[in-house]
Amino acid sequence: MSARVKLVDTTMRDGSHSVAHQYTPEQVATAAKLLDDAGVWAIAVGHGDGLGASSRQYGFGAYSDAELLAAAAEVVGRAEIAVALLPGIGTRDDLRAANEAGASIVRVSTVITEADIGIQHLKLARELGMTAHSHLNMASIGSVEQTVEAARIVVDAGSTAAYLVDTCGAFLQDDVRARVSALRETLGDEIEIGIHEHNNLSLAVSNSLAAIQEGATIVDVTLAGMGAGAGNCQGEALVAVLERHGIESGADLFALQDAADGFVRKELMPGPIVVDRLTASMGYANVPASFLLHAIRAGERYGVDPRSIILALGERHAVTGQEDMILDVAAGLVDSA
Amino acid sequence: MDERVRAVIIGSGNIGSDLLAKAGRSAKLEVVGMAGIDPDSPGLARAREAGIATSHVGLEELLNRVSDVDVAFDATSAYAHAEHARILADRGILSIDLTPAALGPAVIPAVNIDEHAGAPDVNLVTCGAQATVPVVAAIAAVTDLPYAEIVSTISARSAGPGTRANIDEFTQSTARALEAVGGATKGKAVMLLNPSDPPVLMRNAIYADIPGADEDAVIAAIDEVVASVASYVPGYRLTARPDILDGVITVLLEVEGAGDYLPEYAGNLDIMTSAAVRMAELQVRGEMAA
Repeated sequence: MSARVKLVDTTMRDGSHSVAHQYTPEQVATAAKLLDDAGVWAIAVGHGDGLGASSRQYGFGAYSDAELLAAAAEVVGRAEIAVALLPGIGTRDDLRAANEAGASIVRVSTVITEADIGIQHLKLARELGMTAHSHLNMASIGSVEQTVEAARIVVDAGSTAAYLVDTCGAFLQDDVRARVSALRETLGDEIEIGIHEHNNLSLAVSNSLAAIQEGATIVDVTLAGMGAGAGNCQGEALVAVLERHGIESGADLFALQDAADGFVRKELMPGPIVVDRLTASMGYANVPASFLLHAIRAGERYGVDPRSIILALGERHAVTGQEDMILDVAAGLVDSA
Repeated sequence: MDERVRAVIIGSGNIGSDLLAKAGRSAKLEVVGMAGIDPDSPGLARAREAGIATSHVGLEELLNRVSDVDVAFDATSAYAHAEHARILADRGILSIDLTPAALGPAVIPAVNIDEHAGAPDVNLVTCGAQATVPVVAAIAAVTDLPYAEIVSTISARSAGPGTRANIDEFTQSTARALEAVGGATKGKAVMLLNPSDPPVLMRNAIYADIPGADEDAVIAAIDEVVASVASYVPGYRLTARPDILDGVITVLLEVEGAGDYLPEYAGNLDIMTSAAVRMAELQVRGEMAA
């Protein structure tokens, strides 16, 4: 176990799902300043579904990624600025533009079994001098062997960190331990392991801690846990836990708490982000947390129970990015009713 | 006299083998050769068993032995296609390009096949474009279309190494076809891979901005074009009635393959080979009429 971890705050990226991608540059600047002052290593910014995702399928952003990145870059002194890129949605052109707007880290995110579609983007990130990291999303559908194989592919392409991204918030602690320990055994010491949790089964903090105990050194967190589904690993909660374990994060606990309670809960959160019957069903049925608001809207449009939509999506093995399937499933539930 | 169009297939992999099955079944085509680069290729072995001339040295060697070729299907790579296009042009053979090379005009059979009759080299863009541009063009024919967006999801098992290594080119060329062939002022394309087992069918979502449109006319145009595509891709169908909300129409489609050589879930590959065969059948019939 490492006695030191790096925090990547993703309130300004994953949290964007909770507001249907309507963040303003002013909100991003305020959050980025608070996070920079609090001492996080990096701040992720942009549309919830990554660069280039402003669309009918995922929701149009109120502002462009470039505008949001520039707002963060202007106020940040110490922290790095990170972006997400999902190959098939965003492109290398989007990455170049993000780099020019101030992003120094990219997390290239693919479904864990499809890691090779991100090779061209990882290579460009290296050419641009960016830190190239890999988000292996839908990690809960991959076996230990598939996880190791995916990490090998991205490391060969130049990635210096492989993250388990628990898109559905479906991991149990033993799942996390088995995967992180297998990665730690097989990857070189220079390659870092990251963890990105969702709280759909109320395990985000404890799963993140388990990953750290097995050798993960990068943790994605959000202020007040704001994020897709039941939210992400709550940064200020995790830092308190880490302090009790004697693990340094470089971040100031009370500054994070003040940012969470004084800004995020008051100014950003549209309502409580909790484990309820919808979000818990996502963790239970292996459904991407980003589908939450889309499933609620489709339920209203078609007059069907959004939990039934979520469970049906799990049965049909929908993966990250397949928001269109929500409409299909909702329409089908009407027909079969 | 045999008036069937004489065709050769370049590439003896999955796509080439599916073309062999489909073109071999066509009453209007006669497959007279297959070129590959691997002497042990199962695709070449199948062609030989069917009594078809083969070469594992390449296209030029094949064409030195097979005469009067009318069309060539190129199912290799964008890189190789540049050389193939030159060889075919020298010999006056119509090139139907299934690679991402995009040297010639983009052809979507249900939309613009007549415009490019006689073009020496036509490109079939991407499976996503073949599946969605017909619907986009049908909408644009009856109303203003400032924005069209498509999301294609294919089974991970049907995504070959070329697609995987060039996913940006896939989404970008599909988006261009939504504009250039589909008639949208602005196009956007997303491509997703689904790894589930059993494999999923290819599915497509189309979102089109149709402010102030005659909704009944739009729906009728979509129904008509879906039937038109289904005439050459039988597994092409709507999965739900198109939905119109706040000036945006959502069209959901799936494509089941014919299961000739490629498995049925690979509708994305089937729609490419079906379009290629359709192109070969129609293009030359047009030439003969001229």
